[in-house]
Amino acid sequence: MEIFGVSMPAMLSQLLLGLVNGSFYAILSLGLAVIFGLLNVINFAHGALFMLGALITWMAMSYLGVNYWVMLIAAPLLVGVVGVVIERLFLRWIYKLDHLYGLLLTLGLTMVIEGVFRSIYGVSGLGYDTPELLEGATNLGFMILPNYRAWVVVASIVVCIATWYVIEKTKLGAYLRAGTENPRLVEAFGVNVPVMITLTYAFGAALAAFAGVLAAPVYQVTPLMGQNLIIVVFAVVVIGGMGSIMGSILTGLGLGVVEGFTKVFYPEASSTVVFVIMAIVLLIRPAGLFGKEK
Amino acid sequence: MNVKKLAPIGYGLLLLGLIAAPFVGAYPVFVMKLLCFALFATAFNLLLGYTGLLSFGHAAFLGGAAYVTGHAVKVWGATPELGLLAGTLSGALLGLVMGWFTIRRQGIYATMITLALAQMLFFAALQMPFTGGEDGLQGVPRGKLFGMLDLSSDLTMYYVCLAVVVIAFLLIVRTIHSPFGQVLRGIKENEPRAISLGYDTNRFKLLAFVISAAIAGLAGSLKTLVLGFATLSDVHWSASGHVVLMTLVGGMGSLAGPLVGAAVVVALENKIGELGNLLAKLTTIDWFNTLGESVTIVTGLIFMICVLAFRRGIMGEIVAWLERRGAGGGNGH
Repeated sequence: MEIFGVSMPAMLSQLLLGLVNGSFYAILSLGLAVIFGLLNVINFAHGALFMLGALITWMAMSYLGVNYWVMLIAAPLLVGVVGVVIERLFLRWIYKLDHLYGLLLTLGLTMVIEGVFRSIYGVSGLGYDTPELLEGATNLGFMILPNYRAWVVVASIVVCIATWYVIEKTKLGAYLRAGTENPRLVEAFGVNVPVMITLTYAFGAALAAFAGVLAAPVYQVTPLMGQNLIIVVFAVVVIGGMGSIMGSILTGLGLGVVEGFTKVFYPEASSTVVFVIMAIVLLIRPAGLFGKEK
Repeated sequence: MNVKKLAPIGYGLLLLGLIAAPFVGAYPVFVMKLLCFALFATAFNLLLGYTGLLSFGHAAFLGGAAYVTGHAVKVWGATPELGLLAGTLSGALLGLVMGWFTIRRQGIYATMITLALAQMLFFAALQMPFTGGEDGLQGVPRGKLFGMLDLSSDLTMYYVCLAVVVIAFLLIVRTIHSPFGQVLRGIKENEPRAISLGYDTNRFKLLAFVISAAIAGLAGSLKTLVLGFATLSDVHWSASGHVVLMTLVGGMGSLAGPLVGAAVVVALENKIGELGNLLAKLTTIDWFNTLGESVTIVTGLIFMICVLAFRRGIMGEIVAWLERRGAGGGNGH
């Protein structure tokens, strides 16, 4: 079967690849939104934390022989600890300042982290094998579904929904949302806001690292792998607006799919299509699809 | 002594120094590169320091204009002044488009928009045939200014470059001190109040964006003429980060800040290898020898230090120190 001269299986496989990218956009923009909500910091280092997740997974495999499934839990925890250190050492000094300082501080941090690993590993890609359990593909009749890619999409969506549930439906999430609205009042009710802020940043970092682990077998692992991704995620955040958790998830996934389609029909534009959509959204709905202008 | 009285003396000495530079052993091409970045940073600071808009997309103007000038001069055989004009105009046009989108959002969102749009231009430059892709545009001739003055000599090029930069700098000074510049400052301090006073702040911001982009474009064009090439690294987002760093290091509150910052950052990047070797000798730690390859790490560290401890920048600290001394000595202002 063909649609506009493109075979159906080829299109579906690009679509799946788009969903894989979209999963990463969703997890990363979700983390950015949660961090921005409570810390008022646009975390430029999110791409570097994503890279750390992937690179730590690769390092554990090549130096210690630790497998993928262990790292799926361990890498986010380790990067979460890195997040605690970053927040305690650096970020907490700048909350009262203009937003731009948070962006610049995390940009500097990104350059340091990426620079250090680049001086060790260079810029060429480090290969990471797909875990045995998820090797191969399943024939669905209308398309060949690579197991690992399907896993990435499912795992990401589960993590995103879980995060949404915790933030929107639990007491912990209620504190978090209240802290976003009015931290001083929440503190007056006896909630330890500074600790909450630290843990929020650590959680965002861990989310980014989780995406990084998922990405290790799909993308080439390199110290710079987060660099271009984070800029696309910024565009995703502008399109979706950071006000809504579900909005971030849907925007991320949706844009991944659009990007996948673009790769099929007009490959030259696939690297710019998200930015074009951003421009269009700015014209039609300046506050973003799910956003409320403050 | 009061700061306002010291400033003209400082600028006068700086200009004299720059005029004399080629005769006291400075390498003209290096100083020209420095001048281009100083102009770039000053143009950028018109937005950040005087309008309160952090643009993270200025690489688009620098690099975009560099390509246009390179193409005009090399392929169409345009004279240098026409090349500069074409670059400046393309910078202004890009600024108009980018500014038009950017002013639809405030604060940090606006910054992310500039970054995203500049990244779009980067990918476009990567794919378009006329930019030469990964190789860039090489071998751009300097040509003859107005068809008469041969620029192939570094010394001639140097004085033309200096003249262009000084004129552009004066233009920025004039803009800042004009009523238009006062409105921009008003917007930076308190935009809602500026609106309530009847100013159409979006129009002011857009015009500031266009002026800043045009002059950033001029800096990029000039750089192409001086160095003879235009490459992808000028449109890459790290070039935008670079100019933010220069402004931050020098101090965004003053006119002289970006000049000082550009000089410090460019000089540091050129000399960092030697500095590393020196440190390695002094401390016998071999790692310092590799410092030259780790510019990113050092730049990142400077960023962090500036944000955490040194937000006024070099000029900001100097001005604050002078004012404290002035106040202490009882001269006041």
